[in-house]
Amino acid sequence: MNEYVIHILYVVSSALFVLSLLWMKSPASARRGVFAGELGMLLAVVGTLLSHHVVTYDLIAIAFLIGAVAGVPLAYLMPMTAVPQRTAISHAFGALAAALIGTAEFYAKQPTGFVMVALVLEMLLGYLTFTGSLMAFGKLQEILPTRPILYKGQNFVNLSVFVLAVALGVAMIVDPTQQWLLPVFAGLSLLFGVMLIVPIGGADMPTVIALLNSYAGLSACAMGFAMDNKLLIIAGALDGSSGFILSIIMCRAMNRSFTNVLFGGFGQLRVKAGHAEQKPVRSATAEEAASILEAARLVLVVPGYGLAVAQAQHKLRELYDQLTKRGVDVQFAIHPVAGRMPGHMNVLLAEADIPYDKLHEMDDINGEFPQADVALVVGANDVTNPAARHDESSPIYGMPILDVDKARTVMVIKRSMNPGFAGIENELYYMDRTLMLFGDAKSFLGNIVKELSSNNNR
Amino acid sequence: MKLDIGSLYVFMLAAFLGFQLIRGVSPLLHTPLMSLTNAISAISVVGAILITGEQGATTLSKILGFIAVTAAMTNVVSGYLITDRMLKMFKKREPGKK
Repeated sequence: MNEYVIHILYVVSSALFVLSLLWMKSPASARRGVFAGELGMLLAVVGTLLSHHVVTYDLIAIAFLIGAVAGVPLAYLMPMTAVPQRTAISHAFGALAAALIGTAEFYAKQPTGFVMVALVLEMLLGYLTFTGSLMAFGKLQEILPTRPILYKGQNFVNLSVFVLAVALGVAMIVDPTQQWLLPVFAGLSLLFGVMLIVPIGGADMPTVIALLNSYAGLSACAMGFAMDNKLLIIAGALDGSSGFILSIIMCRAMNRSFTNVLFGGFGQLRVKAGHAEQKPVRSATAEEAASILEAARLVLVVPGYGLAVAQAQHKLRELYDQLTKRGVDVQFAIHPVAGRMPGHMNVLLAEADIPYDKLHEMDDINGEFPQADVALVVGANDVTNPAARHDESSPIYGMPILDVDKARTVMVIKRSMNPGFAGIENELYYMDRTLMLFGDAKSFLGNIVKELSSNNNR
Repeated sequence: MKLDIGSLYVFMLAAFLGFQLIRGVSPLLHTPLMSLTNAISAISVVGAILITGEQGATTLSKILGFIAVTAAMTNVVSGYLITDRMLKMFKKREPGKK
């Protein structure tokens, strides 16, 4: 097949990838975006298979088959609450592919000079993202402890491993004939990936997942440089910049810097905040909660990771139905870092059939809280803590929060008074206007719905 | 193999374009966006095919390439399918009462 035809296919494919991201701007055009992406990928794969460089097809066909057989259940059987885990594992796959291709290139082509620089970058990012994503998967799936694990001198040890890996990479660039260096280099990169995620806690997962997304893309991009393939460069750069922007958005939403997320060990610093004085809280039953909700005009719901854990999104939808039927205006206020990955809550609520024009970003909805009769917090904690606004000693001081405390009544569904993930006391719970609804989010919401529907029949 | 210096220009432009495009994506769709870009970056399947299927590929190349094609293809298939599955759930108005 003529090389020019393949280049034209690649150019069209690149354009389709750009369109694909462009159409993601709104839910109305997003599915078209997925289609453009699929078509782009199809053209790219067909173009590559037609290339005269490719002479054997048997292995490729088998690999395609396995990939397809594994991919379909991974897409359809995955519950929406497990989307962060799935994303982490797919970053691991993508990074592994890039790293292995880099390794194969190194041994097969004995490259030198700039190509070697690109290969080293590709392998470094690929291997560390592979183990890093596996670790993130383990933490999200709760196979591994979700708390950050910290020890003395951690940053020094991590940095040493990283510097050593880079030094070996440089040595390979200088003298590519030293093939024995590669396994050591790869091992150190893999090790660094593990160590990078060890100190990361659950609350930081949105940032870290976005960052790993970016690395996986950049690794594919470096592959493009090594193989002189501009399609790979373009697609990799698009993915790399996407992950990068998302992680910046996540950092800003937590008022933290990149270095702080990666080296700070969120959570551990705040054990000091353990003044265990027993302040009084007001609690309420499902019946009481139901009658207050029923009488409200505007209810703002604040979902958090606890909603996903309790799988309570469908019960929340039933509550939404019951309340809207009574003419109550129910809106959802979503903090950028609610959940374990960017946009996590939106997907859960959409799964429960809640129309997306009811879902609002923090900056758009914050002005509404003073008018709200009830703010109902389901499984969110730190993102509602007023201490972020005024308490300079608080570890979350300066973090933008949802102004839940400005609502006329605040209801918080929570298992117990145990402080949340970050271990910070939330003064919201001790306000006069706050009612604590103790219990599992799913069953408590179910009880409120039951109360409402029985009132209805009366 | 030598560096085609044009590649650096391509990278620079694509990165800036990426920044602009992603800024325009509604935060509502950040999760599907991430699975979509993940599927797009599985474009590394192209590199994997070239390594696995080329003339005179060594056994090592074939083994590594085979794993790479499999991993990338899994991402292609599951990435696009799950993105579409998620996007299908985003509805604007009340769906018809069941």
